[in-house]
Amino acid sequence: MWGRTLIISGLLAAGLAITGTPAQAGPVFDRVKAQNNLRCGVGGSIPTFSRLDDKGEWSGLDVDYCRAVAAAVLGDPKRVSFVPLTLQQRFTALQSGEVDLLARDSVVNLTRDASLGVISVAANFHTGAGFIVRRDSKVTTIDDLKGATFCISQGNTALQNLADTMKSRGADYKVVQLERFQDTFRAFLSGRCDAAIAGAADLAGAQVTMAPNPADFVVLEQLMSNDPYSLYVARGDWEWFTVVRWVHNALVEAENRGINQANVREIAASSTDVTVRRMLGSDDNLGGLLGVQKDWVVKIVESVGNYGEIYDRHFGAKSLVKMPRGLNNVAAKGGLLYSPPFN
Amino acid sequence: MSGTQALPSHRWRPSGRKARAILWQGLALAVLAGGGAWLAINTMSNLEERRIGSGFGFLERPASIPIAETLIAYAPGDANLHAVAVGLLNTLLVTVLGIVLATVLGTVVGVARLSRNWPLARVTGLYIELARNVPITVHLLLWYALLQGLPAARSAISLGGTAFLSNRGLVLPAVGMPGGWLPLLAAVGVAAGLAFALHRLAARRQRWSGRRPLVWPWAAGLLLGLPACALAVQGAWPTVTLPQLKGFNFAGGTTISPELTALTLGLVVYFAAFIAEIVRGGILAVSPGQWEAGVALGLDRRRILRLVVIPQALRLIIPATTNQYLNLTKSSSLAIIIGYPDLVTVINSIITDTGQAIECIGLIMAAFLAVSVSISLLMNWFNSRMKLVER
Amino acid sequence: MTKTLVLPAPPPTSLGQGMLVRLRAACFDSAAGTVTTVMVAVLVAALGAWLADWAVLRAVWSTPPGDAALCRAPGAGACWAVVAEKHRFLLFATYPYEEQWRPALACIVLVVLCVASGFRRSWTRWLAARWLMVGWLAGLTTIAVLMWGGVLGLPHVSQERWGGLPVTLLLAVFGIAIAFPLGVLLALGRRAEDLPVIRWLCVGYIELIRGVPLVSMLFMASFLLPLFLPSGLTVDKLVRALVAFSMYASAYLAEVVRGGLQSVPRGQHEAAMALGLGYWRATVLVILPQALRRVIPPLVNTFISLFKDTSLVLVIGVFDLLNAGKAAIVDPVWQAFGFEMFLAVSAIFFVFCWSMSTYSRRLEDGFGNPRGR
Repeated sequence: MWGRTLIISGLLAAGLAITGTPAQAGPVFDRVKAQNNLRCGVGGSIPTFSRLDDKGEWSGLDVDYCRAVAAAVLGDPKRVSFVPLTLQQRFTALQSGEVDLLARDSVVNLTRDASLGVISVAANFHTGAGFIVRRDSKVTTIDDLKGATFCISQGNTALQNLADTMKSRGADYKVVQLERFQDTFRAFLSGRCDAAIAGAADLAGAQVTMAPNPADFVVLEQLMSNDPYSLYVARGDWEWFTVVRWVHNALVEAENRGINQANVREIAASSTDVTVRRMLGSDDNLGGLLGVQKDWVVKIVESVGNYGEIYDRHFGAKSLVKMPRGLNNVAAKGGLLYSPPFN
Repeated sequence: MSGTQALPSHRWRPSGRKARAILWQGLALAVLAGGGAWLAINTMSNLEERRIGSGFGFLERPASIPIAETLIAYAPGDANLHAVAVGLLNTLLVTVLGIVLATVLGTVVGVARLSRNWPLARVTGLYIELARNVPITVHLLLWYALLQGLPAARSAISLGGTAFLSNRGLVLPAVGMPGGWLPLLAAVGVAAGLAFALHRLAARRQRWSGRRPLVWPWAAGLLLGLPACALAVQGAWPTVTLPQLKGFNFAGGTTISPELTALTLGLVVYFAAFIAEIVRGGILAVSPGQWEAGVALGLDRRRILRLVVIPQALRLIIPATTNQYLNLTKSSSLAIIIGYPDLVTVINSIITDTGQAIECIGLIMAAFLAVSVSISLLMNWFNSRMKLVER
Repeated sequence: MTKTLVLPAPPPTSLGQGMLVRLRAACFDSAAGTVTTVMVAVLVAALGAWLADWAVLRAVWSTPPGDAALCRAPGAGACWAVVAEKHRFLLFATYPYEEQWRPALACIVLVVLCVASGFRRSWTRWLAARWLMVGWLAGLTTIAVLMWGGVLGLPHVSQERWGGLPVTLLLAVFGIAIAFPLGVLLALGRRAEDLPVIRWLCVGYIELIRGVPLVSMLFMASFLLPLFLPSGLTVDKLVRALVAFSMYASAYLAEVVRGGLQSVPRGQHEAAMALGLGYWRATVLVILPQALRRVIPPLVNTFISLFKDTSLVLVIGVFDLLNAGKAAIVDPVWQAFGFEMFLAVSAIFFVFCWSMSTYSRRLEDGFGNPRGR
């Protein structure tokens, strides 16, 4: 009868396994702190936003945002696991708690905020859906693209922009949809399509980092839309939402006040500006209100720099892309970025 | 605990046996129901917590996605359900194309593999080994990479000036019919039906008298004559438009996209290798005595093959091939990795659009189950017919 | 076509058959045969010449690091340099570069274990089987230590960094190892005629899984599993892929095992009962060994197709061998040489699958007579 005992014990074990799973219910914030690790959903295929190089190092604007959040919450920018997600997977992964934070050049729109169980935290990049074409195709405006074939990734919101744009012009067109941006861009490079479509910033990044000869291509200035990209978190943990939002604000405010990677420690110690001292946690403890360390802003800026430094590394002068700041500048310099007061 | 069917139940521990069976099954059901309920409760609370709606209402809402290749009219703004239908039709197209071509290629290769001709047998054997020991995913990516390496549209390879091959696909002349194809199709259908009836009639006569009347000239006449009559009555000929390079793309032709081509080629080349092995096995399994018996009856090789060997081989071939057809159908879902808008690709886009993952994946599974079951039923029917023929 | 169809050629009987006679029989037995031979020869020669030219003569084997100019030169053939430059990434993906000897060693250990398990003596001799089990335990521990590290002075490597060949092999081996017992239970359940509920549950499970594509199972694991679990409990992507893959594999293995169970004569069961064995003991000690032995060749064939199926995990972004190959050519320099990269991937898969199928054919020959030892 050992057979029966075996089964019974097996069933019991299974039952125990089911009921006894440590259900670490609770907000995302607690989980991140408990596991001392931030799981960050990224794209992984667009070099300027997030990309894994041959040596296994992640880089990009989104990647720096993940590191900034980890620095603020855990005090260490290295405590991040990057989870590459396709466009289709991204929100499901966030909803299900597979990632704590989604930094994946994702456009903000009403449907997403209202019905996908996620919420946009802060617009951290402004661009629009655009086109990249071959220079020798002589295309300069959208109207030149009548009858063209477009390569686009599945699930990219630019798809909808394209449908609307072409419909309003009464133009015929064809699409080739591939799953990943890298496949899409490769199809475009091979001549499968006349133009590739994505956010203009993504295209500019891809042009210099993925095309064998960047000068052969050109990103059209004309855009189909104005899209802010945002960080996303799952609905339900408002403390977490707040922390992530203020990490973004801190990056912007640091640039606004001229605080950068090199001087942040010194300013924190010696600044006489009351607002700066409060923000950097030299006097006040604003971090405590958020549930993070007192010197959280120092940790952020120390590890990734301010917003301007991040931009420069991936899009600006220090990058291959060399894209002008445009709207992605602090308000004082004509951009759209500004931070509410650190009070 | 309980015995298997192998044991007459009353002889083995008659008492309590039934009770135990009920107990175990009850337990199994309870565990299953419990597990199911646990999952359901989790899911509900997760959906609630994340404010994800549920239900199939999204199918009625307009779809925002353009679809590259459609068999029926579709434009962004049509209902999601319509988009799903477009995807399903594309899946069916690839499946049917794949099954037909793989069967033809597989049969040819399988027979050639058995050839007494050493070079032919070796070459086909090499093909089979190469094709079936590499995953279908790799096949698809290889074909797609190969097709992407073709010249651009501007420098397309011209096939006699009527068809063009480029990395945009194969552009063939478009054939149009003023006044629609219906009369012609109807004529062909009627002719085929009549020809089949003639064949049956001839077969019956043969069974009766041992003599088979000459049928094929009549059948050919019907098959050519009726459609010709239809054309004459309609007073119009099909028009052929040659493709021409205009602006970005070829205009005026029918394009077979690289995605469809790569998917079909991949499926055909991969599954034909398996079908070839099945055909080979089936023919080998027919005992040599059957050939000898055929020869003894004075039949020639072709007749022996057609009347004696193939019907017997089919008994083995059909069930195994059915399995391969089902595998091919399921593998067509790999369209997603090369961007052919099949059911899975389209529904995947809808998931992004609407966030209704549970419903959408359910839809994919249900659709494939339905297609699989249809193929199984069809092949079972065919199989049972073959069994009758055999007697 | 029909002309060339013949019975399997009878084994050469006459002793005096020389090479020429055999050659004639094999290639030029008739007019049609000669035509076929010539056609095949021309085809093979043309294809072979083109292939040799492209893949060997004009091929570019190496280039200066990070520079594909040689491959782009007009008239250049296959660009094997892409494989040469990216082979480490292809095999081990993002595993830390200096530590890549660890997954390499882990792969070797795994392959050696699988090969050792393939010897028939390993499962027919009790002692050998016991040593094999010990070997597996030791091997798996070694692999775990190598892959994760964190002990014995090896730096810790988290699972997200794993990729390439070890992931493919681990998925296949663990997927099948989990699926196999499950498949046996399902097959037994499907045959339990006096337990209709269990029987129909098993039938339902098997047929459902076999009716849907693996892609949809993987989507389920990727999109839905997180929704099914209590909030806060999350499972690693690799583990989720493994769960989906094992569920899928178990249904297929169950059908193979069922075939074996059906072939065991009922007298065996009755004899076991007569010895006073209960159902489980009769099944485990008497029925299953016989049933499994009969289906070893089809089992190996199923293993092969499951091994190939592991490459489907790329649709949910798991970094298996194929996905690593895809990722390796994101590099702008090598962008255009996907075909060569995928050929390298197919070569690796081919080596594994072909060895397994050759092995399976050997077994089949050996098992032609079920009592043959």
